[in-house]
Parts: sequence; structure tokens; C-alpha cells
Amino acid sequence: MTKQQALHKYLLRMGDDSLILSQRLSQLCGHGPILEEDIALTNIALDLIGQATLLLEYSGELAEHRKTNDELAYLRLEKEYVNAILVEQPNGDFGDTILRQFLFDAYRKPLLEKLLDSSDERLAGIAEKSLKETKYHLRHSSEWVIRLGDGTEESHERIQNSLESLFRYAHELFFENEIDELLIASGVVPSAKSIFPIWEKTVNDVLKEATLSLPKNNWKFQGGREGRHSEHMGYLLAEMQYMQRTYPNMEW
Amino acid sequence: MVNESKIWEHLEDVYDPEVPVLSIVDLGIVRTVQVVKNHVSITITPTYTGCPAMQTIEQDIVLKFKKEAISSYEIHTSIAPAWTTDWMSEVGKKKLKAYGIAPPQDEADKSVLFADPLIVPCPKCDSSNTKLVSQFGSTACKAHYQCKKCKEPFDYFKCLR
Repeated sequence: MTKQQALHKYLLRMGDDSLILSQRLSQLCGHGPILEEDIALTNIALDLIGQATLLLEYSGELAEHRKTNDELAYLRLEKEYVNAILVEQPNGDFGDTILRQFLFDAYRKPLLEKLLDSSDERLAGIAEKSLKETKYHLRHSSEWVIRLGDGTEESHERIQNSLESLFRYAHELFFENEIDELLIASGVVPSAKSIFPIWEKTVNDVLKEATLSLPKNNWKFQGGREGRHSEHMGYLLAEMQYMQRTYPNMEW
Repeated sequence: MVNESKIWEHLEDVYDPEVPVLSIVDLGIVRTVQVVKNHVSITITPTYTGCPAMQTIEQDIVLKFKKEAISSYEIHTSIAPAWTTDWMSEVGKKKLKAYGIAPPQDEADKSVLFADPLIVPCPKCDSSNTKLVSQFGSTACKAHYQCKKCKEPFDYFKCLR
């Protein structure tokens, strides 16, 4: 594998994480629990689609057969998406939505911080731009985890349940394979191992403040990074790709 | 005959569609203007990655150039270096306040977690007795506040660094 091929794939992972999470959040448009949250969640969706655009555009330019960001976003098969399984999980109740967001933001922020030093200037530029937005996202999601966890009996119980069902997907965010090895060696990306302790500390600090506890079981799910998704992914793609599949090459 | 200062003047007439009191020059999103042999080349930068106003802004620049009979031009978009609210002009900040949007406050780079919400004075009555309603407001670049003194709900143009 060449460095270019590896970077193409790495950018797809980051782009797909942003794209699929953005799609999930935008499903809440008009359905947020309160007006302010409706606006907040869709604002975050907008930031993520902006980040996905930059990442997929760059990835498409590095592809063996050049692809546009729209082709990458809307015309791939399920097994070609390499987002983490976490981000495709359904919105569930507000606790599920917020906890999924928190586990992701707590990982994305240190990743972007480390990418500021990337030897690839364009990626460093995307990271610098995205980081400013992601800081707001993490503050928003962590404040809600604390408010729900340390809130009423019911909100505590429900977000604890969210944690029980979603935490198993979080470890996949730190997946590494030969793509990472190649890019780490040339200083393009940080090692996921170096991000893990930062993520873990944020998660532990926030959960402590929220009076929540980590699930006792140690189940870990992965597969998304290699194109093996949960059953929810197909339904999400059916909705997201509908227009391009029905009217190929349409633009507006 | 076009020259760079003339182009900057023209761009002062192009407004942000979502904050229509601010020109794109006030907002600091015009990064470079170059004129070589009557060919104009400008670079603009988005405030946020997903800013939906970028296309409209580009079209508005094209319209303005047409009106001024400038036919040879190119418009580039660049994300690096990343836009910060420090690039907003002082005039721009005054215009924002007069329009009812609190301008970005001088915020140090925050530690994201557990920070106290920032005190933003009310753009109507200048009271500091205001509260943060939501970190996210009517557009990506704004947060939503309310004045506890005059009761006015208002937008705050978030400090982005």
C-alpha cells in the first residue's frame, strides 16, 4: 500500500464518521426534545456535514479513480463505508443521542488536536478548522451527560441504560491496522493508542461528575472500520442515498 | 481600470446573507485580493465548515462584479488558516451590536469542560445580568442568550479561536 492509498482510506474513516453521525443528528430536525436542543443538534449536524465535505473531498482526490465527495457520500455500498458502528446507532431517547455524541466528541477532539501537527498540511488545516467546532460539541454533550446523570432518578436511570447499551461500541474508535502503521510512521496521523488515555480521562471525569458508572461487562463490538456494520446502517443508507439512487447525478 | 483598493471597496457592498448588517470585509472572510493585468483573484474563507452561506456569498460577489463591469476574475475558497472572530473588524463589531447581536467577547481559549458560561452584556441595555440559553443559536456562528434585566432574548456571535 502506498502512503496515498493509506491516507485516502484514513480520510474515508474520518469522513464517514462525520457523515453518518450528521445524518443521524439531522433526523432529529423538528423532533428535538426542546427547541434549543433541536437547534443545537442540527447545528452540530451542520458542522459535521461541513467537516465530512472537506474530508471526503480530499479522500476522493487521493482515490485511485478520482471521486467527488458526493459520489463517496451517496453512491457507495454499505460494506464500503468505514465509519465506526457507534455513530450509526439509532437516536433512541435523548440520553442515547447525547451519550453517543459524548463518546464520539471525547475521541474526536484529541484526535483533531494531534492532527494539528500532521506532516500533511491539508489535513492539518482541516483539523484546525474542525477543532474549533468540535470543542463546542464536546462541551455541549458533556454538560448534558452530567445534567441527565446527576438529574432526576428517571434521567439518571435512562442515561445509565444508554451507557450500558452504547459503551460496547466505543472501543472501535481506537481501531488500528496497517493503514495507521504506515501513516503514523510518516507523521501524518497520531496513533489511536495515544488518543485513548485522553479519551478515557474525559469519559471518567464526566461520568464521575454525572454519578454514572461504566458497564460491568466488557463487551466490545467492532467491524465498522472494515465495512461490517450493524443492522441499522442499511436503513440509514436507504434514506440518505434515496435521491441520488432515484435521480442519479442530480444536483441542487 | 481596476485596482486592489477598488475591489476592496466593491466587496464592502457584499453582505453576509445571515447577518445582513455585516459586509464580508467586516466579517473578515475576504482573505486576499490580487489584481494582475486587470484580472482579479480573491480568496474567501468560511466561518464554519458547514456554513450554508458560502455559496450565496460567492454568487453575490459575482453579481457585484457584473454590476461593476468586472469580467475577468476568479474566486477561491480556502480553509487554512482557519477563520477566527479576531478577524472581524472593530467597525463590524459596532454594527453587530447596533443590530441587536452581541459581538464576540474577548475569550481566552477555553478548557472545554466544566467552564462557567461567559458573561455577555445585553446589546440593548448593556446589563451584564444575562444568561446563556443555548450554546447553539439561529446559525452555527451564534449562541442564544437572554437579558435578565430587560428580558430581551438575543444572539451572541460566538468567539471562535
